[in-house]
Amino acid sequence: MSLGPYAPFIVTSYVLVTAVVLFLILWITFDYRRQMHRLHELEASGIVRRSGRSAADTR
Amino acid sequence: MTLTTTLTDLANPTRFLSLTARVLPWLTAATAILLAIGLYQSAMAPDDYQQGATVKIMFIHVPNAWLAMFVWGVMSVAALGTLVWRHPLADVAAKAAAPIGAAFTFLALVTGSLWGRPMWGTYWEWDARLTSVLILFLMYLGLMALWRAVEDPSRAARAAAVLTLVGALNLPIIKFSVDWWNTLHQPASVFRMGGPTLDRAFLIPLLVMAVAFSLLFVTLHLAAMRNEILRRRVRSLQMMQASRKAA
Repeated sequence: MSLGPYAPFIVTSYVLVTAVVLFLILWITFDYRRQMHRLHELEASGIVRRSGRSAADTR
Repeated sequence: MTLTTTLTDLANPTRFLSLTARVLPWLTAATAILLAIGLYQSAMAPDDYQQGATVKIMFIHVPNAWLAMFVWGVMSVAALGTLVWRHPLADVAAKAAAPIGAAFTFLALVTGSLWGRPMWGTYWEWDARLTSVLILFLMYLGLMALWRAVEDPSRAARAAAVLTLVGALNLPIIKFSVDWWNTLHQPASVFRMGGPTLDRAFLIPLLVMAVAFSLLFVTLHLAAMRNEILRRRVRSLQMMQASRKAA
């Protein structure tokens, strides 16, 4: 597959899209872990929801 | 089960989290498979007789451009949900969608610019299509800043919903800018009266990539909504902790 004289423009476009999509995936994954960590910390310190159910229970 | 019953059930954040936990692995797998197929088809697509290999940029530029507008449309429906129906998850949906929509808009602008340089001879032109998409990007950033600036989520939700609905006026301007004004950007070649003007060799990879990116959005959006619900639970538990300390 030859990309011709404009290969840098094509490759840069695909690399950029890959980088931004990967950034979004990682950001959302780490955000999920951070929120779960905070919830576990709060519950471990004795703070629970009025319903008594674990706030970290997502099932 | 009617749509109303489904929406009522999903108004319960716990039920929504349970549904998300079940659906996300399947959505992730479907997105990965479709992206792999779309990328393979994009790589194998022939060169265009005028644009050469740069036509491959279309397979990522166009889905991102469509999603830039679609995500704002989703946020507009969510804004109505906040203001009219007061659906508990409506502002969660809108807030979670904004950074993803901003990312798609950024990618549409940059890949368009990288496609424009070899084809038009310039990275940027202040024509109606490019400028209206840039305004959409700035509106996304403005909304994200608004959510960060207002501490109370319900107050922020109402202000953001109004701003979102006002911003929705930009969507028909973006769509029809190429018809209403003389622009450097080409007119619509897929969703147009009389059917697509693209050859099947380009249309099929483009549609596969569009579906793959749409699934990517749904997957990321559900995961971001789940995070936002958890963030609000953290906030309410922190407030309970603070009030206990004060008592």
